[in-house]
Amino acid sequence: MAETLNNLREPQADSPESASLVPVPASEAASQEEPPLEDPRLSDVDEWGRSEHMREIARRVYDPMYRYWFRAEWEGLENIPTDGGALLVANHAAAIPSDAPVIIHGIETELGRPVYGLADQLFRTMPVIGVYWARLGGVVAHPDNAYRLLREQKQLVLVFPEGSKGPAKHYSQRYRLRRFGRGGFVEIAMRAGVPVIPIAVVGAEESMPIVYKSPTLAKLLGLPYFPITANQLVFGPLLGTVMYFPAKFRLKVLEPVYFDVPPDQDRYSKSRIMDESEKIREKIQEALYDMLRERRSVWFG
Amino acid sequence: MGKRVLITGLATFWGGLVAKALEQDPGIDVLVGLDTREPTVELERTEYVRTDENYSILSRIVRAAKVDTIVHTFLVVDSTMMRARTMHEINVIGTMNLFAAASQPGSAVRSVVVKSSSYVYGAAKEDPVWFTEETPRSHPPRRRVERSLEAVEGYVRDFALDNPHVNVTLLRFSNVLGPDIVTPLSRALELPLVPKLFGYDPRFQFVHEDDVIRSILFVLERELPGIYNVAGDGLLPWTEVAHIAGKRTIPLPPIGATWAAQPLRLFGVELPDELLDLLRFGRGVDNRRLKAAGFRYHYTSAGAVQAFVEAVRLRHAVGSTQPTYRYERDVEQFFRHSPAVVREGDP
Repeated sequence: MAETLNNLREPQADSPESASLVPVPASEAASQEEPPLEDPRLSDVDEWGRSEHMREIARRVYDPMYRYWFRAEWEGLENIPTDGGALLVANHAAAIPSDAPVIIHGIETELGRPVYGLADQLFRTMPVIGVYWARLGGVVAHPDNAYRLLREQKQLVLVFPEGSKGPAKHYSQRYRLRRFGRGGFVEIAMRAGVPVIPIAVVGAEESMPIVYKSPTLAKLLGLPYFPITANQLVFGPLLGTVMYFPAKFRLKVLEPVYFDVPPDQDRYSKSRIMDESEKIREKIQEALYDMLRERRSVWFG
Repeated sequence: MGKRVLITGLATFWGGLVAKALEQDPGIDVLVGLDTREPTVELERTEYVRTDENYSILSRIVRAAKVDTIVHTFLVVDSTMMRARTMHEINVIGTMNLFAAASQPGSAVRSVVVKSSSYVYGAAKEDPVWFTEETPRSHPPRRRVERSLEAVEGYVRDFALDNPHVNVTLLRFSNVLGPDIVTPLSRALELPLVPKLFGYDPRFQFVHEDDVIRSILFVLERELPGIYNVAGDGLLPWTEVAHIAGKRTIPLPPIGATWAAQPLRLFGVELPDELLDLLRFGRGVDNRRLKAAGFRYHYTSAGAVQAFVEAVRLRHAVGSTQPTYRYERDVEQFFRHSPAVVREGDP
C-alpha cells in the first residue's frame, strides 16, 4: 500500500509538467481524488510483512543454490499468468521443505512477479525465523489472507494443500501425495474467482529424506514432526540439519484449472469442492509419476 | 430544537476533546459531561457533573436533561492506568448503567456512540493480517482489558437489539499516537532504547488522535449505525516505528516477557500482557467500511508515528506545549450562569 502511494506521488514531482511555470490543468481523475496522504515509511515491508528489498538480497544469495545445486528446470511456465491472481498448488516434501524456496525463486526470477507463500502459523511463533519468513513472502494460511491477496491484490499465492503431512512423510512414501486437507484451497480459489495452477515438483523428496521420526520429541517441542534425516547421517547432526543433497529439481506447471462458479459467494458446494480438490491431486500425482518414469537419475535428472 | 448531548468520561483525554469540539457545533443546545474527576481542558459551555465510577445517578440526569445523544468515551483501554477492579467498574458496570438509563421508559435517547478498541480482536498466531468488523476472535479473550471490552460490546449489542429506534454506533480504534496522548506505547517510544521482543517484529497500525476525534464527530453528525474500525492506512513493523522515532531497540526475551518487562516500570513504562501480545503478533484492522461511509483520514499509520515524533522533538526543545488548566468550580459557575456575563444570543 505504501508503495502504491509512493508511486503515485513521485513521478508527478519528477515530471516536466510540474516544473513548468504555466499551470498545467490537473487531470480529471486527479482533481476529484484526494491527494495521497503523507506516508513517511522508512522500509518497504508491506502489510503482509514481505519486503522486496529483502527478497532481492535473498534472490542474490539463493541463486547459486537454485542454479548450480538443485539445477532447477521448469516446464510449462507459460501456464502461470503474467497478471491477475492465481493460486499455485504443489506437492510438498523434504524434512525442511526445499520446494517452496525453489518455486518462489523460480517464478520471481523467470516471470518477475512476487509470490506469497501460505504456510502454517507455526512460523509466525518462531523467533527470528518468523520475521525472515514473513520478509521473504511467508503469510499465515488464513482464508481471509488468501482472499485478499488473490482477489483484491491479484497476486500469485503458493500453497501446499498437503500441509505438514507432505514433508513429514518417511522416505519410503516419497512422491505419494497425502490428503489435500479439506479442499480449502479450492474454496478460496472459487471465492476469489482465480484459477488453480497445479505444479508437480520432482527432486525435493530426495534433497532431505526422512529416515526416522520421533513422535515423542515432536510432541515435546510442539512441532508437527521431528525427523532424523539422511543428511544428518551423512553430513553430521549440525551441517546435516541445514544441508540439502544436490538432487536435480524438475518442475512442471500443469494446465490452469478454472472453476465455473461466481466469486464472492458465502457457500460453495462441499461435494464440488472435494471433487475438484481430488481431481487436482490426481493430476499432480499423475504428472509426478510421468516425470519419475522419465527420470534416469536422482542427481542428474 | 438542537441536540442535547451527554458525554461520559469528560475528564479523560477523549471526553475533554470531544466536548471541546462539540461546543463549536451550534446545532447542539446542551452538553453535559460526566466524570469522577474534574475536567482537564477548558470548556466553554459543557456542564460538568461529578458521578461515581458506575454512574448511579445517571438515570436521573438522562431524564432531567432530556438527553437525546450519548457519547460514551469513558472506556478504559489502557490497563496500566488502574487496578482491574476499578477498570471493571468503569467499563462493564458503567456501561451497563449507562444503557439501563438510556433505555428507561420515557428516555429521549435516539443516538449512542461508543468508543471501543481494536483490542477486542485480540492478537494471536492464528489471526488474519486484517480484521474486518465481522472477523471473529480466534480465541476467547484472556487479557482483562479484552474481557472487559468484550463484555461492554455485549451490552452495546443488546442495547441496539432492544432499542431498534436508537441509532447505535460502535467505533473500534487501533493504537492511538499523536502529539498529546500518552499511552504505554508512546512512553515506550520515548525511552532511549525502545523495547521489543527478541526475534519478533510484528506489524503495527496506528491512528492519529485528530482522526479519532474527527471520526467520532463524523459518525455523530451522520448518525451512522453499526460497527466501524478506525485506523490509519498501512501496517509498519515495530522496528520501523522505532526508527521513525530515531531510536534503537532493546530486545526483551520472548519467553517470560511479562517478567522481563517489569524492570521497565522503573522508567515509567509498563507493558501489559495485551501489549506484549501485540509486540509478538501485531494486528491490522480493515478501515474501509468507515472510508466507504465518506470519512477521510488525515494521517496514515506511519504519518501518525511521524506526528508523534515531531511533537516529542518540539517538547524536548521548548518544554510542555500544553497550557495547564485547573477546573475551579466557582469560576466555571460564574461563566456559565452569572447574569454579569454577556453571552452570545442574549438579547
